[in-house]
Amino acid sequence: MKLNTLPNIAEADDFYADLIAAHEGLTKAESDAFNARLILLLANHIGDRTVLSEALSAAAK
Amino acid sequence: MSKVFEIPLYPYARHADQDAQAPVRHPIVIVGAGPVGLALAIDLVLRGQPVVVLDENDKVSRGSRAICFSKRTLEIFDRLGLGDGLVDKGVEWNLGKVYFDERQVFAFNLQPEAGHKRPAFINLQQYYLEQHLVDRCRVLESEGKPISLRGSNRVTTVRSDPDGVELEINTPEGPYHLQADYLIACDGAASPIRGMLGLDFLGRVFEDNFLIADVVMPDGKFPTERRFWFDPPFNRGQSALLHKQPDNVWRIDLQLGWNIDKAEESKPENVIPRVRAFLGKDTEFELEWVSIYTFQCRHMERFTHDRVIFAGDSAHQVSPFGARGANSGIQDAENLAWKLDLVLRGDAPTSLLASYDAERIAAADENIRHSTRATDFITPKSEISRLFRDAVLDLSEKWPATRPLVNSGRLSTPATYDASPLNGPNNAGMPPRTRPGSVAADVALSDGWLMDRLTGGFQLLTINVPAPDVVTVGNISVHRLALDRSDDLNGLLSARYLGSVGSGVYLIRPDQHIAARWTDYDEASVIKAVKGALGMPK
Repeated sequence: MKLNTLPNIAEADDFYADLIAAHEGLTKAESDAFNARLILLLANHIGDRTVLSEALSAAAK
Repeated sequence: MSKVFEIPLYPYARHADQDAQAPVRHPIVIVGAGPVGLALAIDLVLRGQPVVVLDENDKVSRGSRAICFSKRTLEIFDRLGLGDGLVDKGVEWNLGKVYFDERQVFAFNLQPEAGHKRPAFINLQQYYLEQHLVDRCRVLESEGKPISLRGSNRVTTVRSDPDGVELEINTPEGPYHLQADYLIACDGAASPIRGMLGLDFLGRVFEDNFLIADVVMPDGKFPTERRFWFDPPFNRGQSALLHKQPDNVWRIDLQLGWNIDKAEESKPENVIPRVRAFLGKDTEFELEWVSIYTFQCRHMERFTHDRVIFAGDSAHQVSPFGARGANSGIQDAENLAWKLDLVLRGDAPTSLLASYDAERIAAADENIRHSTRATDFITPKSEISRLFRDAVLDLSEKWPATRPLVNSGRLSTPATYDASPLNGPNNAGMPPRTRPGSVAADVALSDGWLMDRLTGGFQLLTINVPAPDVVTVGNISVHRLALDRSDDLNGLLSARYLGSVGSGVYLIRPDQHIAARWTDYDEASVIKAVKGALGMPK
């Protein structure tokens, strides 16, 4: 498995707070669009098709 | 002045076959004088086969239909002797622009790679292509070549068995019968031949309608670009495409959605306001041709049925985004022509024709896959699909990262027959782009273009390596095309054919596809590969 499924984010609580804060004041539709943009940017950053495939599988479980 | 599609270019003329006591048997009868049927006829006649082409009409296609012809198609037409005329008449374009809502998202350049004789694409009305093909047939006819193009000859019944085909044909002067060793059905998406044989398609109908219009703008202010709109203000919730053709004709493609009245939407009083909203209210234009089109992504389960073989739209259909219809049909024709010729001569086993199915069905699958993905991006099928589509477009305006995901049609490239039964040995250390199954890549040589040196037979391309001038396998002579460093004008011969190795031997098929490759010449191995490429048991 190439996907890193172990903790990898420093200051994890801060990241989580940032993620929720980014959605503050957005409607449901705006939040959904925000999430889609975020997924696409992160996916491009990862790039590695094996990692992306493994992430798609892991998220489906 | 009459338009070319208003002139009967192959008017009905009585043929001696119609007065024969018993039905005359021909080796090859082609039904349909469209781009695929005519390209196939010319290829076969150049190979020495007599050909009869039947068409129920006597004029080239009304309206423009296919407009975008790929580099590969132009290379095929070069071999058939009509490439220059098409390129001179056509419009070359490289720039594409993508719009979302009211904004331009980004522009892209097709950036044709250096070292190719032909551009990535030209735009040309289908009726001009057909006119050039008919002209080429006439030249061959005047040279005494056995090509018989029969207008107003409509096939009314067809009977096929393992030994041949029987046809009944209706003409303005009544019916007559013909027999054929092989019947090639190039009679379009609605193929009457397919219907007469009770054959059908696998695949899906794409549930949408498009208004396709060709408009003449005498003072056309739009540049030579491909412009594609997602969800534009003038066609809300749908897509639009604008593309230039010769003679100040522009192709307009407006998505209409599913629940429409096609007859109503085709009326000029409904079409003109849509076009005006698109082009701007002050733009003067004249409608040349309008069609409402529901396209399909599907192909026949098999293209070969006893002695009846299907090619082009009669065998497979795709959405128009990607220019994969006519271009893939022309590639069907070139794939079939040499195989049919060798089988009829007895130089190859009948089983060679099975490779037409294997190779061109794989190509159809590839085209349909690209085409289906493009239509799914253009017309998202679910709420979440639309969400991601819009997110891709929004991001692409600002970031290059997501631009490769924007899919307004992946433009036609020739299929590589990776799984072909005809493929011989590969040397994996050589460049992937010229692996067995792929089309030979063009290269500028010190005295011309490589593709112009691949003239339609089996050839052995050798680079920096000795080999005999001719290798003979049965009735097949494989002529050597000997190149070395001094021919390599700009290093591209080495880059495309050698990579990290110092020498190369390529077995090239009559359709300019690569059958096998080695770094050195070995007679036994080459003979074995030629037999393999002829469909003989390996």
